[in-house]
Amino acid sequence: MQMPSPKSRRWGDSLFRGLTFLAALGMIGLVMVIAVQLIRGSQLAFTHFGLGFVTGSRWDPVHGAFGSLPLVYGTIVSSLIALLIAVPLSLGIAIYLAELAPHWVRTPVSFLVELLAAIPSVVYGLWGVFVLVPLVRTALEPFLQRTLGWLPFFQGTYYGFGMLAAGIILAIMIIPTISAVSREVLLAVPNSQREAMLALGATRWETIKMAVLPYGRSGILGAVILGLGRAIGETMAVTMVIGNRPQISPSVFELAQTIASIIANEFSEAFDELHLSALVMAGLVLFVVTLLLNILARLLVWRVARAPEGVTRE
Amino acid sequence: MIAGRDQRRKFSNKLMLVLAAAATVLALLPLGSILLYVATKGLLALNWDFFTQLPKPVGEPGGGLANAIVGTLILVGLASVMGIPLGIMTGIYLAEFGRGRLAWLVRFTCDVMTGIPSIIVGIVVYGTIVVAMKRFSAIAGGVALAIIMLPLVTRTTEEMLKLVPNSLREASLALGASQWRTTYSIVLRSAMGGIITGSLLAVARVAGETAPLLFTALSSRYWHTGLDQRIASLPVYIYTYATTPYEEMHRLAWGAALVLVAMVLVTSIAARLAGRRAGGGR
Repeated sequence: MQMPSPKSRRWGDSLFRGLTFLAALGMIGLVMVIAVQLIRGSQLAFTHFGLGFVTGSRWDPVHGAFGSLPLVYGTIVSSLIALLIAVPLSLGIAIYLAELAPHWVRTPVSFLVELLAAIPSVVYGLWGVFVLVPLVRTALEPFLQRTLGWLPFFQGTYYGFGMLAAGIILAIMIIPTISAVSREVLLAVPNSQREAMLALGATRWETIKMAVLPYGRSGILGAVILGLGRAIGETMAVTMVIGNRPQISPSVFELAQTIASIIANEFSEAFDELHLSALVMAGLVLFVVTLLLNILARLLVWRVARAPEGVTRE
Repeated sequence: MIAGRDQRRKFSNKLMLVLAAAATVLALLPLGSILLYVATKGLLALNWDFFTQLPKPVGEPGGGLANAIVGTLILVGLASVMGIPLGIMTGIYLAEFGRGRLAWLVRFTCDVMTGIPSIIVGIVVYGTIVVAMKRFSAIAGGVALAIIMLPLVTRTTEEMLKLVPNSLREASLALGASQWRTTYSIVLRSAMGGIITGSLLAVARVAGETAPLLFTALSSRYWHTGLDQRIASLPVYIYTYATTPYEEMHRLAWGAALVLVAMVLVTSIAARLAGRRAGGGR
């Protein structure tokens, strides 16, 4: 093989370098295209409604009313229900896997939890419609009404579909995210912290409670926010079980609608310009919120587990 | 007194440790339930027709989802052709050349992109490609999936390249190889296992994506006739069939779910095996 002359070699190097550079620029360009496209698409709705878009409480495409408050409400409440269920469970998993589990248990159980993340959203939705929703209707909702029915949250008809089912399915879907990141954070806590506590005569739980968890606090918060971001943007499974009715009701038994689910439901059938634009604007709101949550979460997680790549890898 | 307190401490210790283990078991219950239902209900739906026939119109029994299986393969193929090379290139930039503010920005963008809801990608691809082509198309669906793959491939590539020891790069350069030759034949090759793993995981991830396809590739009852035409896919069929009131369609939806989950799991496991073989062999 003949050696290439230094000149042509330099030429090849700059070409290669330039190509990879372009690809990298493309990534930034892509996010900009996404932002510009969303802003441009929502222009019409914005000039029509202004801030009333966010404060309006009626979403009725037939009559040209596009107030997104019910969607925002549905998104926030379903995500909060999800967090309420998922955070304690995920912390339990993270603590178990990082601190307690014997070695031979760790790998298979971590694998199973990751498997939970690999199942497509639409399959969760299918399972939700045919397994979870009937279960919620026949068992969970009657039970909640019997025991906590005096609260405004647990009143009304049992549909099965609705806010509660959406919250539960979201919880299942964000458990892998929160538990995996928290586990990484706990593993990054230096052993000296644990040893110091144990040497003072603390039990294992006291060690975890007083030394390990406080040390990883901001990282765990980051994990929770990352999970929240996922819950807010999750579309298919929610669309299939939430009942798709944009309304604000204190009861979690009621049908509801989220930003993501209304886009999935109405976008392809929105023939009216204004309707389409309103949906894109809802998308813009979703984009901005998830963007901010993600940035916040990354910053928090980075602070604990220095190397950012260590967080996502096992 | 002191003994009593110790007893309480010991008890709460036991209790919390048991609770942590119980949380793990509880979280895995839905996984078991989902896999069980998908396997049993799905198997009942699978037969020769499922893999060879087109979907029947509403109300007629029988039929299959052959077009959706092919469609999903085409869409994922399109996405891979676009997403993987671009992702690897960006990863190379970050690992080999990327320093300073721009690299930080790219890395950050990448991380943030993994958190963007996939339905947003659907809206944007609709607004650009579908509107420009004036129709739903396989291409638009492929682009949407590629956008979702891109950051995943980029980050794993970067991480894998960074694991390659510098001495290999130096040795190659010292032998007179140019930088692109070094990257291509030495660095990329020794990180190949990891990159394949990452790419396959990205493929598995987008194979089940539904939201971005709803307004890009849409769906179709027929065999695909060209990349500029709308195309059927398993996830979209699961969604539409699950939300109809027809028994027969529910059955097919479970069948489709089984095929889809099998595809995703086989790809994920293959990814891990590819990584292990390439990683352990050296």
